[in-house]
Amino acid sequence: MMKWNVVIALLLVAAGNAMATETVVNERQASYREAGAGNFDAARGESMWSRQQMHAEMGQSVSCATCHSGNLSTVGKHIRTGKLIDPMAPSMNAERLTDAAKIEKWFTRNCKWTWGRECTAQEKGDFLQFIFNPNNRR
Amino acid sequence: MKKTTFWGTILLAGCLTLSISSLAWGDSRSDDGGSYGLWSQKETALPVMNKAYQTECSACHFAYPASFLPARSWVKIMGTLENHFGENAELDAAGRQEIEQYLTAQAGDQAPSRFSRSFMRAIDSADTPLRISETAYFQREHRKVPAGLVTGNAKVRSFSNCASCHTGADKGSFNEHGIVIPGHGRWED
Repeated sequence: MMKWNVVIALLLVAAGNAMATETVVNERQASYREAGAGNFDAARGESMWSRQQMHAEMGQSVSCATCHSGNLSTVGKHIRTGKLIDPMAPSMNAERLTDAAKIEKWFTRNCKWTWGRECTAQEKGDFLQFIFNPNNRR
Repeated sequence: MKKTTFWGTILLAGCLTLSISSLAWGDSRSDDGGSYGLWSQKETALPVMNKAYQTECSACHFAYPASFLPARSWVKIMGTLENHFGENAELDAAGRQEIEQYLTAQAGDQAPSRFSRSFMRAIDSADTPLRISETAYFQREHRKVPAGLVTGNAKVRSFSNCASCHTGADKGSFNEHGIVIPGHGRWED
């Protein structure tokens, strides 16, 4: 009997995390719409994710996928330090996309490093759509 | 004198002797060069830890003890986060300030701790080192470590990757007996 209590508790925690992710993504995307963004598209997000751009200091082309992998369910690896990076997919990593401040912090850092500029509200919304909902499931 | 009074006095005298001599023997140097305080409790390199520093600055690498660099080095590092050794480590203004205040307050030339004297003594006052691994004390301590075990070791890669070999690093311990080099084993000097 006790075992079922544990199973139910774990399912509730998983559901709770999934709800937290959806809430945060919705809130972020609402703020991007207020900044002028339109519909968000996971396919656009995916294509930007693997778009290569030359990085002068690294002396090679880089993209989001370079460190985070093109497959969001796998572990990534930092191109310079070799440090392993937990999967981006919320289905593999319940912590992903549950903290708005953390999302914005890494957008600032990584867009600037990878593309040499901040990402636009449209781009951020498309990225979140890709990460949260890669099959564009409604 | 009653028996209990006599033995009580002996006990009191013994306690007083022990306490006072512990104070006298406090801070003595031991074989491993450690600084021992009262009751042989070793000072660690991490007497105080700031949560924001721990969270923000161990996302990519080990959260280096503030005492390993002088305050001026931390100021320089925290003032150039958009180009942090080739990476962008930008923070919001409040977070940046909190961490800078912590690091400068606990810096090697500001707050004494286990290794602060050793590190600071070997840094010229005209220098502002940014890499702990390039300071003279660090290089002396690691002079016997073959490059093949660190930079040539895929599991370690760099001397800035302290925690991969120093198994007690997150608790501020860099004791020689706690060194296990990945793919190689314990380091016995």
